[in-house]
Amino acid sequence: MRPADFPPPFSASEFVAEPSDPADERIDVGILVVGAGPAGLAAAVRAGQLLQERPELAERLGDVPIAVLDKGKAVGAHLLSGAVVNPRAFRQLFPGMPTEDFPFVGAVEREGVYYLTKGSAMRIPAPPPMWNHGNYVASVGDMSRWLAEKAEELGVMVVPETAATHLLVSGGRVVGVRTGDKGRGKAGEELPNFEPGSDMKARVTILAEGTQGHLTGVLLDRFGLQSRPQVWALGVKEVWNVERPLERVIHTMGWPLRGAARYREFGGSFIYPFGDDRVALGMVVGLDTTDATVSVHDILQELKTHKKVRGILEGGERIAWGAKTIPEGGFLALPDRFHVPGAMIAGDAAGLVNVPALKGIHYAMRSGMLAAETAVSAVGPGQTAWSPGALEAYDAALRESYVWKDLERVRNMRPAFKNGFVRGAALAGAALNSLGKLPPRDLTLEGDAEVPVRVGDRASRYPAPDGKLVFDKLSSVYLSGNKTRDDAPGHIRVADPVAREVAEAWVHMCPAQVYEVGGEAGDGLVHVEVTASNCVQCGAITAKGGRLTPPEGGSGPEYSGL
Amino acid sequence: MKIAVCMKEVPDAAAPKRLDPGTKRLDRSVEGALNDFDTHALEEALRVKDGAADTEVVVVSMGPAKAAESLRKALAMGADRLLLVSDEGAAGSDLLATAAVLAKALERESPDLVLLGQQAGDSDGAVLWAALAERMRLPMISQAASLELDGGKARSKRQTEYGYDVLEAPLPAVVAVSDAINEPRYPSLKGIMGAKKKPVDTVSLADLGVDAGEVGEAGSRTTVVGTGDPPPRGETQRIEDEGGDSAEKIAAYLQERKLV
Amino acid sequence: MTTLVFVEHHEGEAAKGSLGVLAKAASLGGDVAAVVAGENVRGVAEGLGAHGASRVYVADDAALAAPLPQPRVDVLARLVQDEGIGTVLFAASVLAADVAAGLAARLGAGLNWDLVELESRDGELVGTTLAFDDTAKVEVGWKGEPRIGLVRSGSFEPAPGDGGAPDLRDVPVEVDDWSRSTAMLEQAHEESSGPSIEDADVIVAGGRGLGEPEKFALLEELAKALGGAVAATRAVVDAGWYPYATQVGQTGKNVAPKLYVACGISGAIQHKVGMQSSGTIVAINKDPNAPIFEYADLAVVGDLHEIVPKLTELVRQRRS
Repeated sequence: MRPADFPPPFSASEFVAEPSDPADERIDVGILVVGAGPAGLAAAVRAGQLLQERPELAERLGDVPIAVLDKGKAVGAHLLSGAVVNPRAFRQLFPGMPTEDFPFVGAVEREGVYYLTKGSAMRIPAPPPMWNHGNYVASVGDMSRWLAEKAEELGVMVVPETAATHLLVSGGRVVGVRTGDKGRGKAGEELPNFEPGSDMKARVTILAEGTQGHLTGVLLDRFGLQSRPQVWALGVKEVWNVERPLERVIHTMGWPLRGAARYREFGGSFIYPFGDDRVALGMVVGLDTTDATVSVHDILQELKTHKKVRGILEGGERIAWGAKTIPEGGFLALPDRFHVPGAMIAGDAAGLVNVPALKGIHYAMRSGMLAAETAVSAVGPGQTAWSPGALEAYDAALRESYVWKDLERVRNMRPAFKNGFVRGAALAGAALNSLGKLPPRDLTLEGDAEVPVRVGDRASRYPAPDGKLVFDKLSSVYLSGNKTRDDAPGHIRVADPVAREVAEAWVHMCPAQVYEVGGEAGDGLVHVEVTASNCVQCGAITAKGGRLTPPEGGSGPEYSGL
Repeated sequence: MKIAVCMKEVPDAAAPKRLDPGTKRLDRSVEGALNDFDTHALEEALRVKDGAADTEVVVVSMGPAKAAESLRKALAMGADRLLLVSDEGAAGSDLLATAAVLAKALERESPDLVLLGQQAGDSDGAVLWAALAERMRLPMISQAASLELDGGKARSKRQTEYGYDVLEAPLPAVVAVSDAINEPRYPSLKGIMGAKKKPVDTVSLADLGVDAGEVGEAGSRTTVVGTGDPPPRGETQRIEDEGGDSAEKIAAYLQERKLV
Repeated sequence: MTTLVFVEHHEGEAAKGSLGVLAKAASLGGDVAAVVAGENVRGVAEGLGAHGASRVYVADDAALAAPLPQPRVDVLARLVQDEGIGTVLFAASVLAADVAAGLAARLGAGLNWDLVELESRDGELVGTTLAFDDTAKVEVGWKGEPRIGLVRSGSFEPAPGDGGAPDLRDVPVEVDDWSRSTAMLEQAHEESSGPSIEDADVIVAGGRGLGEPEKFALLEELAKALGGAVAATRAVVDAGWYPYATQVGQTGKNVAPKLYVACGISGAIQHKVGMQSSGTIVAINKDPNAPIFEYADLAVVGDLHEIVPKLTELVRQRRS
């Protein structure tokens, strides 16, 4: 059975609306950016820079020329990445700023790629896309807080705790967003402190919501722009205080993942020095796995028991945890177009991630900058973002940029791994060495929910939590700072009842223990119990057959420096 | 009517709390947030304002300059103005010193009512309101679970160990509210965006006429002698129930500890 | 230097917390006195000799009839100054906290609160408090005199001995006009429905291990026998088995009773942070690996459906 056989009760049209607030209640802004991550904030900074050069235009845009909304409690609360960042986009955005002023943790000095087996770690030559010389380790959350400060200095209004729930569309054009209600109860009823959301109208909207962007998904559906399926991986990350500094950036492949093609366990781990006394490590695994008992959270725990990893963490203490999906389809899963009348899509929301190189941040920022440049031109005198072709310049700019060229070159590497590690590596190697000319015909991607799942026995391998090295999911959720109120309306849409294997797949997939198998429902089906308040909004459920919708603004994890 | 609400920024509950090994006081350099308990006091002030539009609600706080960011949320919720006392010399102030500074700031405002929350997320159990009322020589009601303003008086129901009292004090008065009193509102988007335009006054100790010797470490009459790990709970005693005598063992255990 | 202990009272009985503080003060040595304020309180004062007070100051006046703090600050401030008191200790309560803080402000004295321990070190008084949900220990002191300390409820046990009648001294009661302006219109009386979980000394809590909502009746019986309140975990409140007002945990209430009996509760960290400061934790669960057994004082691996009713019966017997 496949998760796709049990589609969730969701339709994009539920989240598309005409503006309805009277003029004195709605908010009008010039350029609206949804998402305060690297793409959105780079867009805001770029737009701010351009408006500084054109004060008359800034004035025409009104009281709030540029606004950035974010559903997290603060900038960074929902951001998570490894990360090793290519500084190229920073240099383009802040020409003349010395590199040591950029918000990075440290330069990548040494690195190593290892193939792990249960008892050993074999150093292998790093494939070229993974060469990180000249790159920097960074916390995407801290980096974004820095970008937000720069944006505010340029007059941008950054508004956290605000979820954009509806796309405002009028006459086939995107005219803004509607923000989410606050203060509803479990059944959706209005509680005493109920506060309705507001219409925020904008002359041009940039969607930079990151992986599984809600409005992005709605927009792609409404305007029919996603003809090819996207696929995702789930990344689970921890930050540890350690006794000895780690001297190299490490990536691993192999154990604990199983290489046989039938499992489709594609991924690997990263272990990065994160300051003198800290280490960031994480496990990233594709969500198209076939064994329903695959749990990336627990595979990460398993990884930590390897003697090489244990040695790095010895005597240390886990101080942070988080989880988030990454779009992995790359070039072959890009939307048909990156703009519609009135709106553009940038960053991870647009799928601009280079999986083999594990890079997405500088592409996010570059795309954000290009979107901002198009946005500012589109709202110039005598122009609107809604006239035909007004935003076409964005698509053209993307195609000319290194973002496009890099993604095109590595386009077949991820799909190659559908065939298991060995054949996948061979295919990927061929693609790489031919600079993307091989294989002659592009491989195809299959949506994660289309992959049939079977209950296997992987769970028997997961180590028992000991509260020191190995942790259970609820302790991890606690560490994420998630304090979502229990009486909030459920924001997760899943079918019920479903086939047992599908329910089990969700139970194990979710890093936050949101799902549990409920009672029998007859015909081999079971009910699904959902504890939505545990949810850290990683997006895995949307990849695997359900749908994450935005919960109340300000709820969810409160990541700090991930 | 003018209502002053004393609020403070505390380290975000999600950020790991640490004691700064140097100063042995709370490390406040991490992400800050509005003290949750104070939001109930603010909400109560805003309810009065909802009922009488000419009510002015001013938030008074003492803290580092960066606290203004978190305190802006109070403006987003509906407060009219923020008065922030920010001065390096006030760092390390204890209860007494803090009360002295806030009293001076409040005297400047001459409010009809001073509202505070019942606790602070960072030092749990702070009893600031009583010290403040004493400095200002104002009548006081604490742990208020309800507040009515009528004919120049404040009347409250408040919970004690023994049940509910009903207290009444003439205005101007200091009232500390418990978190049972109300459910604080969410700021509307308009409120959030309008908050940036509301006035924020930052004043120093000198502006208030506060003597340096009264505040900070110098003005504090308590000291931190040392820090450490809390006493361990002790060994867990384990009983496996075989033969059904656990209940007796538990009862004996409780009796030994005088818990029964 | 005299240590003065503020002894609170209710309906003619001295409050247990105050008696505990008095016992502690007596154990630290030196001159220990108590003060009792109210109307018709001589009876309370007389009983304090047996608890460690050599001398009791009695402030007996109609102006002190209602348990309001500001008039007491007037009386205590004068007493401290007239008698050269060095340290004033209070057992925390709604009233005591207000009096202690008001007094500190009046006298410009240092106030340390939430103290769980007091000791004399090199002739100096040192207190211990616990910070950050009781995960860090902080030792505190005072500069100058008098020193004012507010002790966390239940930290010290009373130690009745055979001290005879104490030396009673009447103190003048002069209350400033502004201190009288707050009036008590109604005074609290005992609630008949049992304590709320925030005030209870004993809590019996239930989780999913109960199996069904009806089983809460077992816990209600045990709570009644122990004189406590019933609480619930998030999971069962979510499932509608018990009201949200009784939920203990990260997204519910924080409680710290003297005794917490956890029945059928696995003890995930979200629950733990709501009750980890409890005096004694007894956990009953049939899963031998339940996380709660890591931090319970008494871990009972067994079937709560059999153990709880038997325990209730035993408690009833011992009480009668």
